[in-house]
Amino acid sequence: MPHSASSAPAAVPFRQDGKVCHVAGDWSVLALAQAGEVERRRTAMARAAEEGVRWDLHGISRLDTIGALLIWQAWGEKLPERVRWSAGQQDVFNALAMNKGEVQAAPSKPESWAWVRALGGAIFQAAENGRALLIMLGQLILDLGAMLRRPRLGPWREISAQVYRTGAQALGITALVGFLIGVVLSYLSAQQLQMIGADRFIVRLLGVSIVRELGPVLAAILVAGRSGSAITAQIGVMRVTQELDAMRVMGISHGQRLILPRVLALAVTMPLLALWTSAMALLGGMLAAQVQLGVSAQWFLTSLPDAISLTNYWIGILKGVTFGILIALIACHFGLRIQPNTESLGRGTTTSVVTSITGVILLDALYAIIFSSVGI
Amino acid sequence: MNSALQQRLFTDDSITVEPVITVRGLRTAFGDHVVHDNLDLTVFPGEILVLVGGSGTGKTVLLRQIIGLDQPAAGSVKVLRHSLFDLTPGERRRLSYRWGMLFQAGALFSALSVFDNVALPLRELRTVPEDLVRDVVMCRLAMVGLTANDADKRPSDLSGGMVKRVALARALSLDPELLFLDEPTAGLDPLRSDEFVDLVRSLHRQLGFTVVMVTHDLDTLLALATRVAVLADKRVIVCDTVPEVLKVDHPFIHTFFLGERGLRALGDLAPKGLHHGKP
Repeated sequence: MPHSASSAPAAVPFRQDGKVCHVAGDWSVLALAQAGEVERRRTAMARAAEEGVRWDLHGISRLDTIGALLIWQAWGEKLPERVRWSAGQQDVFNALAMNKGEVQAAPSKPESWAWVRALGGAIFQAAENGRALLIMLGQLILDLGAMLRRPRLGPWREISAQVYRTGAQALGITALVGFLIGVVLSYLSAQQLQMIGADRFIVRLLGVSIVRELGPVLAAILVAGRSGSAITAQIGVMRVTQELDAMRVMGISHGQRLILPRVLALAVTMPLLALWTSAMALLGGMLAAQVQLGVSAQWFLTSLPDAISLTNYWIGILKGVTFGILIALIACHFGLRIQPNTESLGRGTTTSVVTSITGVILLDALYAIIFSSVGI
Repeated sequence: MNSALQQRLFTDDSITVEPVITVRGLRTAFGDHVVHDNLDLTVFPGEILVLVGGSGTGKTVLLRQIIGLDQPAAGSVKVLRHSLFDLTPGERRRLSYRWGMLFQAGALFSALSVFDNVALPLRELRTVPEDLVRDVVMCRLAMVGLTANDADKRPSDLSGGMVKRVALARALSLDPELLFLDEPTAGLDPLRSDEFVDLVRSLHRQLGFTVVMVTHDLDTLLALATRVAVLADKRVIVCDTVPEVLKVDHPFIHTFFLGERGLRALGDLAPKGLHHGKP
């Protein structure tokens, strides 16, 4: 029996007496797990493994497959001609001889032009992603049309849950980040403006940059990290647990029940969050300006409507809506592409967040060019 | 181990064998719901003990407690002479080298290939050279009937039966003295299930480990069990060989073993006079 419980006194694992090799002691994986033990035994046996020696295994107190394999390797993967062993030990070695593993195929050599293939693969992958996103957008418009025709059957409950999750629950973090960015921006600009004596321009500077630019982008980046990743991971786990397949079997379309509610919810909450972030950033900027420049809060608030036109707010809201739709679409797209394994889940979530943040900034740059002469 | 010796070991009181697992006074509760109360269980070296019970009687929970994944509300669990819940992290790690578990769904690491999954416990020792690891892994894969071709596959590319085989190879990776199987044949078709039972039986003969197994499948139970522990009424009502268990008068044993399915599986073992299911 390989796990004989008898505890032998600490025996020398390997000893050679003329033509006889004595193997003794503990040859289980626990003994071999001591640092350097495998190498020590291996070198000792390598010296002895010549033709015509007799092997005596009677001193072994514990022998398991791993220990046996070590001896087996020293024998050159065949049974030696003369060996003394117990029946239990013989069984272990017979099992080894019976289950001699095949040699694992050598890993194929890497191609020399692999990077070209990788580059091409990446381009095709990006094109495929773009195409799939476009199809998803088309499907979304069809689903939206279907919902508007029969609004009673729309996924209202899902939409309201998503509005709460992506909107109401994000109020705290967006407020905090917006407020702090407002303070930092106001503090740094105040120092510059003071140098040229243009203190009064702080309102105009903060107003335009925050309402038009920073508020929507900040909120979008936070939502992409917070809700975008959650959407991807949730849909991905639904793939792993076959919930997506179950929905298909019941004839519930993914577009109607998963994508549409999330896109609509983010299209509603994103502009509101953008406004909220802008308001908090202006509040932070106002307080910092009061401390740094002595600009009173009352004056700040009364001159704000003159400093920035209403158009800037509308641009901010438009940005919010499109950013929201973009984030939700990208998150759903990568969520649906997740394969049922853990590695794909992690990679998909990362790709989703990185892609949606990049997408938001690209879209923002596009808006900056389109509206360059509007409302400033 | 030959069955005559085993018969003597488990029936003759004059031979005392130190048990591998001793569970005493175990109590498990989820909130107000008590699953086990004052449960005792003893497992002897070299046997295959099968845990059976209706659904919700906490078979898997008991298995998880024996291997230390869950902590019971009260009672003691002793495994391989170690009391499970007061071990230092070092002792726990050393103990974990001596057992292996086959999870119901395989629990293969999906990020690793089949080869790496089986090699992981050996590589974690950090002292076994890579060429020995390779030989051990290939030998294990051959033992469970997999070829070198399968070694590079990902767990997501394997069929259900192959996942179980790889998981078994991984559980056996360190030559454990104790093997836990949770529903080893669930989700396999009858043919694969029979193959798996044969595999476990032949490995048990070759390697001589002790097995604690949870199963619903009567065929698996009858093919492998040395003893059967029946969980009912929040404790182990009987723990003995199949013929002895059949003599116990309890509603669960009646429905489980002596229902139509049970009688069909039992065949000649079924008590006389109960063959009403047969034509």
